[in-house]
Amino acid sequence: MTLLQVEDLQVHFRTPTGVVRSVNGLSFAVDRGETVAIVGESGCGKSVTSMSVLRLIPTPPGRMAGKILFEGRNLLALPEDDMKAIRGNEISMIFQEPMTSLNPVLTVGQQICETLRLHQGMDANQANARALVMLQLVGITAPERRLQSYPHQLSGGMCQRVMIAIALACDPKLLIADEPTTALDVTVQAQILDLMRDLQKRLGTAIVLVTHDLGVVAQTAQRVIVMYAGRKVEEASVDALFAHPMHPYTQGLMDAIPKLGSSLGSESRTQLAEIDGAVPDLRKPLVGCAFASRCSRSTVLCTQTMPMTQEKASGHWVACHHVESEKTP
Amino acid sequence: MNAPATVLAVEGLKKHYPVDPNVFGRPRAHLRAVDGISFAVARGETLSIVGESGCGKSSVGKSILRLDKPTAGTIRLGGTAIESLTESAMRPLRQKMQVIFQDPFGSLNPRMKIRDIIAEPAVNFGIATNRDAIDAHVQKLLQLVRLPADAGTRYPHEFSGGQRQRICIARALSCNPELIVCDEAVSALDVSMKAQIVNLLARLQDELGLALIFISHDVAVVEHLTHRVAVMYLGKIVEIATRRAFFSGPKHPYSQALLSAVPRPDPRQVLARVVLSGDVPSPINPPSGCRFRTRCPHAFARCETEEPVLRNAATGHQVACHLDQ
Repeated sequence: MTLLQVEDLQVHFRTPTGVVRSVNGLSFAVDRGETVAIVGESGCGKSVTSMSVLRLIPTPPGRMAGKILFEGRNLLALPEDDMKAIRGNEISMIFQEPMTSLNPVLTVGQQICETLRLHQGMDANQANARALVMLQLVGITAPERRLQSYPHQLSGGMCQRVMIAIALACDPKLLIADEPTTALDVTVQAQILDLMRDLQKRLGTAIVLVTHDLGVVAQTAQRVIVMYAGRKVEEASVDALFAHPMHPYTQGLMDAIPKLGSSLGSESRTQLAEIDGAVPDLRKPLVGCAFASRCSRSTVLCTQTMPMTQEKASGHWVACHHVESEKTP
Repeated sequence: MNAPATVLAVEGLKKHYPVDPNVFGRPRAHLRAVDGISFAVARGETLSIVGESGCGKSSVGKSILRLDKPTAGTIRLGGTAIESLTESAMRPLRQKMQVIFQDPFGSLNPRMKIRDIIAEPAVNFGIATNRDAIDAHVQKLLQLVRLPADAGTRYPHEFSGGQRQRICIARALSCNPELIVCDEAVSALDVSMKAQIVNLLARLQDELGLALIFISHDVAVVEHLTHRVAVMYLGKIVEIATRRAFFSGPKHPYSQALLSAVPRPDPRQVLARVVLSGDVPSPINPPSGCRFRTRCPHAFARCETEEPVLRNAATGHQVACHLDQ
């Protein structure tokens, strides 16, 4: 059952040097209890997309068009008061920097209780009891003591656990995680990813995971959306995408990731595959395929006509003129 | 002697930072960022220093470059001991070693043209003295790092992150150094840019015979650029080995956990992961004995009382652990 449906989302920003078209006609859906990853490089529009779902984009200078349907209600047309009742309650978010996302002058307990009292109308005692349960849930040792701690007394990994506790306190239907482990060390990242997987199994929260790390995607998501220059270029189940990437950009990306153990076969160091060139300037209107200038398969067609997203294999959507359909009719 | 010449040799390096001053400004404790490490780098060789935040890897880099004065130990650049040289005695030696930092946005002066940024080290050390020589020198470097010839007339903000990192590399090469310290030099870059810069560094090293010290938290990137790997934990080197020996069979429990924690870009590959519990202890008051024992799945009584020293486990493979001894 569809929980979130984004239809033809456009997010543009007016800047002194021109209008930046961050997201250009993006459509995707998230089912209940599902983990969907949005992956892409800096500036591809993945974070802007996640911010627009919660309407955290300042307007102006931002401008949003299209539809974001959450359980059938269009969030983009909702009054601010209704939106406040959704933020942190039905949809919540965790950010990349756990250290700076927490308020340094409030204790961890106060910050968890704030959401509970605001959204669930709990009194101080109820909220405190629930906060304690949440800290236990995210695997913090000595939770009674930690409720009284300030963020600077916690490590990065602990702060991210607290952020997750706050985000899940009201039992949201959708959790948006924007690069939740990027600022953490790998051994701590492994702990947090395990925790997120485990909590999802137990609570059934749908997760939109925004990341640039294909390794994290492979270990966490069920479905993946690959973005490039504000557009979706490929969407597939995680198994299909990694086993058989179809879009030339996705293929390039997969080849370019440094893989552990891949150089062991040779005496000398091995070269990494490169994608030539750089991402296009989003201030200039894009004609045709955004990846055309870096693509080895590009033809005149690619520079003139924007490829539509088509289902090339069952459940595998690709926006490319040169990918043959493998779908059996 | 057929072995390539040693460019840098570090012996027993320590760097302690005073913390927690009392009312008279005297430190009440010391943060032991680097606590007695030794290694050497030869011409044309990459030594990678890997580890997590706070393990001291960047402090090692700063001490080698003498951006920080080490607390103890010796650092020999070529044949000269540099650990206690004065600033003015150090200055001519700075030509031999350069640095590339993580943030290509913060490490370029936004008000200088690319030509002037790249020319500055060469002018400072008298490598290029007149206008024609400088122009030729800059053009040669731009070509070397594959930037367009007209890049010199532009400013840093006109370039993307990957291109700015190329500018930083060109600047580092400008005074013909023997050693470049890369402190998280590709960590801020996107996957496609990262691959370009890693390949560029490897190619330049082969062409110019540079010694590289590559400081990184990303072990997967390291594998493609390095000849040897040193793993640091809480100010100590716990394992040092050649690339193939390390990546095919890490011996220290921390190295094993570090490698196994890297998320593999393959959903079918479910790993028997060594997930470490807890966080890194404070370097102000590190655990007794082996510093990793508080998180080590194999810790036993001896680990608490006796600090393991680096010993040879195989040719070119040293490890500091009481296990299998």
